[in-house]
Parts: sequence; structure tokens; C-alpha cells
Amino acid sequence: MSSPPTASTGLPPHLSDATRDETSLRRFLHGLPGVDQVGVEQRAAGLATRSIKKASKLWAIDTAISMVDLTTLEGADTDGKVRSLCAKARRPDPERPEVPPVAAVCVYPDLVPTAVEALRGTDINIASVSTAFPSGRSSLPVKIADTELAVAAGATEVDMVIDRGAFLSGRYGQVFDEIATIRRASGEAHLKVILETGELVTYDNVRRASWLAMLAGADFIKTSTGKVSPAATLPVTHVMLQAVRDWHTATGTVLGVKPAGGIRVTKDAIRYLVAVHEVAGPQWLTPDKFRFGASSLLNDLLMQRRAQLDGHYSGPDYVTVD
Amino acid sequence: MSDRLTVAKTYKLYVGGAFPRSESGRSYPVHDTKGTFLANAAQASRKDVREAVVAARKAVGGWSGATAYNRGQVLYRVAELLEGRREQFAAEIAASEGVNGKRAQSTVDAAIDRWVWYAGWTDKIATVLGAANPVAGPYFSFSVPEPTGVVGVLAPQTSSLLGLVSVLAPVIATGNTAVVVTSQDRPLPAITLSEVLATSDVPGGVVNLLTGRTAELAPWLASHADVNAVDLTGAPESLAADLERACAGTVKRVLRRRATEPDWTETPDISRLRAFVETKTVWHPKGR
Repeated sequence: MSSPPTASTGLPPHLSDATRDETSLRRFLHGLPGVDQVGVEQRAAGLATRSIKKASKLWAIDTAISMVDLTTLEGADTDGKVRSLCAKARRPDPERPEVPPVAAVCVYPDLVPTAVEALRGTDINIASVSTAFPSGRSSLPVKIADTELAVAAGATEVDMVIDRGAFLSGRYGQVFDEIATIRRASGEAHLKVILETGELVTYDNVRRASWLAMLAGADFIKTSTGKVSPAATLPVTHVMLQAVRDWHTATGTVLGVKPAGGIRVTKDAIRYLVAVHEVAGPQWLTPDKFRFGASSLLNDLLMQRRAQLDGHYSGPDYVTVD
Repeated sequence: MSDRLTVAKTYKLYVGGAFPRSESGRSYPVHDTKGTFLANAAQASRKDVREAVVAARKAVGGWSGATAYNRGQVLYRVAELLEGRREQFAAEIAASEGVNGKRAQSTVDAAIDRWVWYAGWTDKIATVLGAANPVAGPYFSFSVPEPTGVVGVLAPQTSSLLGLVSVLAPVIATGNTAVVVTSQDRPLPAITLSEVLATSDVPGGVVNLLTGRTAELAPWLASHADVNAVDLTGAPESLAADLERACAGTVKRVLRRRATEPDWTETPDISRLRAFVETKTVWHPKGR
């Protein structure tokens, strides 16, 4: 394992000790308390029953819109598709200019220049997936080059995937080094680390991977690529929110969480916001600290927003289809 | 043995091919004309309307894309199943409409015949409403009727089966999908019809049946932006004007409420089939 990256300097002693070598890292990760599976699922289900009404709902919808990472990660993506996505990101509902823009647009590295061009003059971030997304199955030099390509093209956020194979085989040091290396390769860009929780099998693994990513210098921990089912689920997001909260308690730094994949309707999005508020805390309820990786969610948010304001249900004929 | 208690039923809604409870958890008692308790029916809420419209929208592609011949076969198969439930329908009509057994039986027969009549129209309506237009140029010009989409139906309040079939069958025969608010006080034949449809070949979501208060549900259906047309036949008189106005808000096709409920036993014409189709005209070059 290489020396600790710059990001983890200034950590409290027990955390900086954990990154000293692979053995201490393993000892630290396996020393994390186990996740009570039944408990976390029950708590997630319990919070999901909260009813959010009228003014709060409208606030939640607008907040959720401003937290969306509008995503297109298809093999069939074209410049035109990215441009129309960017137009939607700038002004989600053209008939209602008061609707906030989304937080970021998320594309493949080669389409970053198109997004940069289309989003010039706005505060919308440009996120690019990297490190051989979505499988992460490539050599480190390729992953670095992938990241550098995205950053050089103007990406302000990098969504990297971890090597799940290495993680599941217990080669934590390798995963740590990889994240730390990509952290350096990303430069100023925000680093989101995708854990792909659907492949990590247990909540204990999710907790370990979250801590591993945070120790290695992640700015955000992200649930999934969206290419594996199950993608984001409420209980998994609970575990990750607990991790960033505990990280905050230990270090004073606030790191972000991004559930991605499978969140398609407003009702789900609001459940996540409730979880953020209850598990992590109100300071996470900003686009800087919580994001939704989604594409079809935005349309549902816009339709629900209209339903709230117009007093009748809206339909997909009234929003842009992307 | 004769002291056996009958099992009191609590029915559910029919949405998207499944039988969910009302989101609101409400139900209401259904009585016969003499006030004797018959069963509990689910009392749908506006959110059930919303779910039903989503289910109906999802079903539009498959149902409208099916060949007219196939739709006819599917609907004819429903008539076969209706035939198998004759006794149950007759008993429910006798109880809820307060007619004698013989009259109820003939109403069921008329309803089944009505269903078959509309099933037969599926692959003929395009020939009757469509046209090969004479145009001054080297083109073919065809006009063909196409389904409108999701149709909200307020079923007749009095005629609980024959009336329901007479408004529902033409809607789905032309390839639309339907969200039906059943007769408020006489929902049982409609519920049995939903059980028939669930075991038939009609895809889930093509017909969605909601029981409950018509006055509560109708405004949500009429104002819903994803509903393309509304049949106001069973609307309460006091609400009819408001509902038409709400429909106009999202430019829906409207079949207006008649002053009195039509006599459903009369032989129908194709006006109800014509009510929920759009005419598409295609120009095609003739070639050499």
C-alpha cells in the first residue's frame, strides 16, 4: 500500500492509523460495528411511511430537483442527446422559470466537451463517469487516463467505480490505492466513489466500502452505477448516511451521499429526503451534500410539481421526453 | 345446517389487472333496493384515480397496437366468460336493481349480446369510418380512425350491467383503454365484470374499475391531464357543467351527459364507437 494520500492528512489518530498499511486497514474495516440488517430495513420502511403534505411537499420537490444529477449513460448517447439533456438541466420546466436548475449533468468522458459547451455560463456541474465505468475492469493506467481525459475536458465532478472484485477478495489496500490515485488524478474535481452496492452483497460490506472510500479521499459516496440491479435502495442509503454522519462526528468534515439508479418517482425521492434528514441531519439537505443520480425522476418531479400548483394531475405529454 | 351465515364480502378495486384495496383504506356498504346489506365495496380516492390512469396509460401501447382482429377475439372471449357467470350477474342485478329474476336474466342476456355486438365492430369500424379520399394529385389519401387513448368513463348510475357494458365495450373495442367509475349505489355487477376481465385475455390496465362516490372521483378524472377523453354519462346532474369545464381545461374529448339516462335496451348504433376515435389522414405517393 502506498503512503496515505494528501486528503487523509489531518485525520484523527485512529483514522490515520487505519490507513498506515493494509493490515491496519483490514483491522479497522473489520472492526467497524456490524449492521443490524433487520433493524436498518425496519427503520427505512418506517421512515418511508411519513406523509409529507402541501408546502413541505412543494419544498421537497424543488429541493429534489436541485439535487438531481441528470444522467445519460447509454451506448447510444450522441452529442445531440447530451445537448438536449443540458437544455433540460438549465431549465427543467420551460413554462415555469422559477423551477431551479439541476445540480449536475452526468455523462461519459468523451461527451464532456459537449456538455461543457452547452452548460457554459451556468452553475451546473459536469460530472463524468470514469475508471472503466461501469464494471471497473481495467488496468490502473487506463483508469487514470480515463479520469484525466474527463478532467482535461472540463468535468468538475468525477464518478469513479471501485474494483468490486478486489474488494470482495479482501484486497482493501488495492482498492484504497486506486481511489487515492484517482483522487490525485481528479485534481480540483469533486470525486464521487461508486460502491455498486448491488454487488457488495451485505450491509456490512457497504459500511466497510463506505469507510474505505472516505478514508481514501472521496467527496461523495455513491450507491450504484445504475447498470446493476438492485441499484439504490433505502436501507443501503441509510447505511451510507450513517457512515457520513459518523465521519462528520470523527473528523468534522461533511461528505456527501448519492443514491443512483431505480429512483423514478417523486414519492421515492421524498422518502430519501426524509432519510437524509433523520439519519444524517438537516445540513445534508443541500445539493452539495446529497444528490440523486437519475434520468426519469426529473420528469416525475416536474409533473408532481405541476399537480401541486395546478390542483390537478399532470401527464407526460406536458414535460419534455428525453 | 340451515343456520349457516353467509360470508359478507368486501370487494376491492380493479386497477392494472390486479385487485388492490383503495389507497384510502375506505369501503362503503352496498344495499339492495329494499335496504338490505349486500356487500362492502371499496371507496376509491383521488389517488386511486391517479394510479388507474397510470395503469391505463401503460396499457395504451399494447392494446391500441394489437390488430383489430385480435381485439375482437379477445372481446369475444370475454363474452364467453360472461355467459358462464349468467346466474351470478342475474342475482346481482335482481338484488341491486330490484327487478324480478326473469327480467334480470334477460338484462344479462342483452348485456352479453351487446358485448358481442361491439366485439364484432373492432375490425369493421375502420372500414365504416375510414375512407380512401379522392385527391387531385398522384397520391393515395387515406383516413383511418385511431384510438383516442385513455378514456375516463362515468358509468350509468341506474343500469348497472347493461348500461356499463354499453359504455365500456365501445371504448375498448376501438383500442382505447378505460378508467371506469362504476355506478355508485349499484357497483356489484361491475365488480363481477372486473373478475371476468381479470381471468380473460384482456391485458391488465386496459379496463380499470373504480367503485366509490362518483361526485368525489369525477372531478379528478375530468381534470387529469393524462386522460384524453371523458364519457360523462353517469355524472351527477349538478356536476355536469363543472366537469365539462374541467375537461376543457386540458382539451379533452367529451361525451356529454344526456338529460336522462338512455334506454339501454334499444339497439345501439356506432355513435359511441365514433365518439372516442381520432381520424388520421395519410398521404402516400402513388409511384409510377
